[in-house]
Amino acid sequence: MINYNDEIVKKFTIASIFWLVAGLAAGLLIAFQMVFPSLNFEPLLTFGRLRPLHTSAVVFAFGGNVLFATSYFVVQRTCQTRLSGDGWANFTFWGYQAFILMAGLGYLFGVTQGKEYAEPEWYADLWLTIVWVIYLIIYLVTLTKRKEPHIYVANWFFLAFIVTVAVLHLVNGVSIPVSLFGAKSYPLWGGVQSAMIQWWYGHNAVGFFLTAGFLGMVYYFIPKRANRPIYSYRLSILHFWSLIFLYIWAGPHHLHYTALPDWAQTLGMTFSIMLWMPSWGGMINGMMTLSGAWYKLREDPVLKFMIISLAFYGMSTFEGPLMSIKEVNALSHYTDWTIGHVHSGTLGWVAFISFGVIYYLFPVLWNKKNLYSLRLVNIHLWISTIGIVFYISSMWVSGIMQGLMWRAYDNLGFLEYSFVETVMAMKPFYLIRGIGGVLFFIGVLIMIYNLIKTLEIPSTNKSTISQKAQIQ
Amino acid sequence: MMEKHKKLEKNSILLLIFTVIAVSIGGIIEIVPLFRLETTIEPIKGVRPYTPLELKGFNIYLREGCYTCHSQQIRPLRDEVERYGHYSLAAESMYDHPFQWGSKRTGPDLARLGGKYSDEWHVEHLIKPQNVVPESIMPSYKHLGNRVLNFDDMGKHLKALKITGVPYTKEMIENASKDGLAQLRPETEMAENLRNRYGEKVNIRNFDGNENIPTELDALISYLQVLGSMADLKNYDPQIVEEVKK
Repeated sequence: MINYNDEIVKKFTIASIFWLVAGLAAGLLIAFQMVFPSLNFEPLLTFGRLRPLHTSAVVFAFGGNVLFATSYFVVQRTCQTRLSGDGWANFTFWGYQAFILMAGLGYLFGVTQGKEYAEPEWYADLWLTIVWVIYLIIYLVTLTKRKEPHIYVANWFFLAFIVTVAVLHLVNGVSIPVSLFGAKSYPLWGGVQSAMIQWWYGHNAVGFFLTAGFLGMVYYFIPKRANRPIYSYRLSILHFWSLIFLYIWAGPHHLHYTALPDWAQTLGMTFSIMLWMPSWGGMINGMMTLSGAWYKLREDPVLKFMIISLAFYGMSTFEGPLMSIKEVNALSHYTDWTIGHVHSGTLGWVAFISFGVIYYLFPVLWNKKNLYSLRLVNIHLWISTIGIVFYISSMWVSGIMQGLMWRAYDNLGFLEYSFVETVMAMKPFYLIRGIGGVLFFIGVLIMIYNLIKTLEIPSTNKSTISQKAQIQ
Repeated sequence: MMEKHKKLEKNSILLLIFTVIAVSIGGIIEIVPLFRLETTIEPIKGVRPYTPLELKGFNIYLREGCYTCHSQQIRPLRDEVERYGHYSLAAESMYDHPFQWGSKRTGPDLARLGGKYSDEWHVEHLIKPQNVVPESIMPSYKHLGNRVLNFDDMGKHLKALKITGVPYTKEMIENASKDGLAQLRPETEMAENLRNRYGEKVNIRNFDGNENIPTELDALISYLQVLGSMADLKNYDPQIVEEVKK
């Protein structure tokens, strides 16, 4: 019996849930600020300062903690060895939480670099670099200590996520501080170069932080929960290399019709369309893992979370390439369609796979026979799914409508709508979106209740716990 | 393929190296050529670095997260050119560290806001947007009018920007603190010096209607009033403009 370091996994799991609540609460507030502007409280709680707080809290604080938890959990199991360096692992935990606090408090007080998804100022960036390098070293050393001859596919994805995020962060983050004792700095890159590097970073934060890392979870937790081997080993290899190679090119689709040279825009569009294939290859590989065991979907809502997340992944990775086509992008860019697209990915894919994994992890980490209530898991699943549907369909309608209103001409050849008329037209959809968010938030509260109740169940002896017992 | 791949699966360092290579190719091909500036940024007259006051405004724009709702990038599409003005050129944002092109238009594009509205309109609008646009969903920024500007460290700001490649002269850096205040004091000697350094077109006036104290409102409005107004678009290859209008 290997003595795994599960204490560190527990810490990251708890932290992820804490930040999830914070991030969603910020999201709800800014969603309703767009319906009721009087909910803005200057100077600290205006939309402009809270929006980065929301995105960072859900992506980097919630998503990041889930990634730390699962990568540490998976690398130990698949390498059959304890995580190397207990103290260093602990450092990554506290170091990462410190980074989140530094960044988040900064936004509230107006300390920001003003680059989407890369807002933290230079000192927080430097701190993150230290934490991240140690993370990479812990991961690599654990891999080299492994008792298994092969490195399991989930680890390829986790490794690619860790190292690529490091590269992105370093290149995008280079900046010149105004003084060593002040928060303010100016990014080294300006204008067009700044735009290209920022969206090379930004899109690959999606590609590697929110995709590659979470695919690592797919490759471990779905086979584990379904008690089936992954569908195709060959497809895994193809999926991994084509995904990481193609993703990195997709950034310029955020800059269609801008002052970025045309050739770069065309490259970005072409590779974004190609990216559809490996994305769906991965989805198929994950879903088909259930072949011969589809009945388990009926019985196990935790597995249902994981499979529905793949369905959302498939949907948003189809929508993404579609929106990267220049002619479509001319309509969709700058509108709520983009916001809807992002949320079908983050709520439907990232959060759902995370929920599935958290439901899986809790009984395993705390030695409980099973979750407190699978029925509550089912209720969580459906209430969140309805919430997501409210969210993305309202954003489709408002986004496409606003895009069309901006370009509408009357029969005398004048622009038909003033800008503010298009804003007024959005109002009902912003309200529906907010309601969708509330539903999603209620789902999370149900999850937390269920998890707390699970912790209250008396622990079983470590050796008797098995995956089968969990599913019943 | 499967046999060869086994080598990677058994060696973590090799796997790491191949991963880094795979993710580097796209980035290098898309980013490095952009630093050949003559093909990336079109030659156009008039674009200059921000004055210290405008730079203060730029930093307030960032701090308040204006970019989360406003873009500064007009695309060469018929309706956008009609709604906002000439499409944006690369040169116009070359001194923005970082770029402020944005990604969402919850509010309108601001790339050519400069000169479109009066200073008084901006003051009213920033204090309470609904006073001038009743249906607006923009937050109010009343607190900007109460915050006093301090230009003491402006030299350091200009110096940092110079390292990134913004062509501030030694003279501009040395006089940055004075130049900051000078932009709010028309018809003084210091204003004349500012004009000599940054050009005839610099807006020198009191922006927020409060004569005595330089406030953040002054800085932000001075920035908003210069947006998109620097480039000499009249002498910019008109053929392209015509093509777009078709």
